[in-house]
Amino acid sequence: MDPILTKYVREPNSFTLDFYVEHEGYAALKAALTKKPDEIIEMVKASGLRGRGGAGFPTGMKWQFVDKKVEPRYIACNADESEPGTFKDHLLMERNPHLLIEGCAIGCYAIGAKVAYIYIRGEFLHVQGILERAIADAYARGFLGKNILGSGFDCDVYMHRGAGAYEAGEETALLESLEGKRAQPRNKPPFPALVGLYNKPTAVNNVETLCNVPLIVSKGAEWFAGLGPEKNGGPKLYCVSGHVKRPGVYETDMKITLRELIDGHAGGVRDGRTLKAVIPGGSSVPVLMPDQLDTQASFDAIQKAGSLLGSAAIIVLDDTTCMVWLAENLLHFYRHESCGKCTPCREGTDWLHKILRRIERGEGQMQDLDLLSSVSANIAGKTLCAFGDAAVTPVTTTLKHFRHEYEAHIKEGRCTLTADWRARHTVGAHA
Amino acid sequence: MSFHPKMAYDATFHKSARTLDETDKGAGPPFAYTAENRARFDQIVKRYPPDRRRSAVLPALYLAQYQQGYITANAIRHVAELLGITRADVEDVVSFYTMFYTKPVGTFVVQVCRTLSCALNGAERVTEELTAKLGITPGQTDASGTFTLVEVECLGACDRAPVVMVNDGWHECLKPEDASRLVDDLRARGESVLSGCHHVVELKKKAG
Repeated sequence: MDPILTKYVREPNSFTLDFYVEHEGYAALKAALTKKPDEIIEMVKASGLRGRGGAGFPTGMKWQFVDKKVEPRYIACNADESEPGTFKDHLLMERNPHLLIEGCAIGCYAIGAKVAYIYIRGEFLHVQGILERAIADAYARGFLGKNILGSGFDCDVYMHRGAGAYEAGEETALLESLEGKRAQPRNKPPFPALVGLYNKPTAVNNVETLCNVPLIVSKGAEWFAGLGPEKNGGPKLYCVSGHVKRPGVYETDMKITLRELIDGHAGGVRDGRTLKAVIPGGSSVPVLMPDQLDTQASFDAIQKAGSLLGSAAIIVLDDTTCMVWLAENLLHFYRHESCGKCTPCREGTDWLHKILRRIERGEGQMQDLDLLSSVSANIAGKTLCAFGDAAVTPVTTTLKHFRHEYEAHIKEGRCTLTADWRARHTVGAHA
Repeated sequence: MSFHPKMAYDATFHKSARTLDETDKGAGPPFAYTAENRARFDQIVKRYPPDRRRSAVLPALYLAQYQQGYITANAIRHVAELLGITRADVEDVVSFYTMFYTKPVGTFVVQVCRTLSCALNGAERVTEELTAKLGITPGQTDASGTFTLVEVECLGACDRAPVVMVNDGWHECLKPEDASRLVDDLRARGESVLSGCHHVVELKKKAG
């Protein structure tokens, strides 16, 4: 499939309004404003567009659930992109910001909102300059603001800069952060569609999700649905990183297999090494083994194979990767990023990290393996948001497939698999 | 009784500690926005409903940090007064988000991404080289106040691993063997030596 969302990202001026308008930009917004809001929602439903942030929930349904009786309503665009291995929204916002702005405006029109906030992670400062400029240009040309294109529809889009918190990518934590508080999740239900930003009905959508909306409006729901396997329609951005020759963002339909993505687009495992395992959807999902590479990289097929497509962040691991080290690396991340609201996650991630660290250093005992399972079982499913389940996944999945590596660490009293890309001495996070 | 029978509560982790000194000496110099920052603040606040000024707390704190280098108790007081919320509300936010500093930092805050994709490509060794070169460990500032070394979690540029952020600028594909030279270059020529984000850099080259 030829790229659609990222078709022009290699063009020097792809981020400018002039370039965007020359390439049919904002035509979808014009078309949308001639339809009724409900028609847009029906179109998005018929297209089968599923959220690109991680959960894969149907976007049309999310918009339909937004309580249309309460004013005002909001769109909160999730541009917090923090799932380890994910860098697709980064590319979209930097090279194609007007597509996102157009998606925000159409989304607002569909659910009857007048304001969209784009919540962008604080570290993307260079992206923010581009996005702010794009928003200002869109206002100047009448694609945002009052009475857009003479339709009588008003819409404001604002950028909101986060300040370093993975948890802000969770939809209710994002709303809390947008309200000027700590990024900690709310109890659900009620879901944001009923009680969201400022307790008003809110649709929280990922950047890539909103970027697909203009395509659906201009090319039709059938076209969109026909691009991929059933219920997995539309173009999809895959982020391939780790031990591959050509890491990067690759756009294709979801008929593609993991093998085609890794060996084809990304050039295969580098340095003549062999593949050990693949994380198909960001650090929070179970690993897939080399014999599962022919799995289709769609939401449903990956789930059937025992993992999740998540944010489509494919992290490739070669045979030099110690899986106990990997679990420790990721649990350091989760321990650091746990927002601290729920006790099992706040205390448990720290414990898991400590146990993993002592095993990785050869100071573990066999009963530590049961302890890992026990602590994990006391976190998963016992927290307000999905973070708890995500945080234990690196532990449970490596224990399931690579228990022998844990046992080798304990028996030999050291890490048996060292690599030249790892630290020679204990330092920093590894100290 | 701990939440898990075999794991003890730790003395050092997740214990709340006041990070801000509110004594006259510790609260920092008197703080108020410059006229320029005050004008920016007034613009930012308009993005939110009039009764929801608190939403502007993150941008308001960024303004204070850019003005003063770090967040002091006096800066928190100023932000709280402007937003009509309590100082505790503001401090709650400051202590949660990693991008706010409550102590002075070096001229260059070198932030090495340590999460999986960067680590698979040598981020641990980058930290190792920087630690040796600067003579400090992550979390510390060198004696001259030039460099602060920090390890951060996934920056979202995993295709260009290992990534290092220096202040607000990015430096991509930093090989461990080049880490020491980056320090020298920063010292000599400042932030202009950073590679920047490759999307921008490649296109600049293409445009000639």
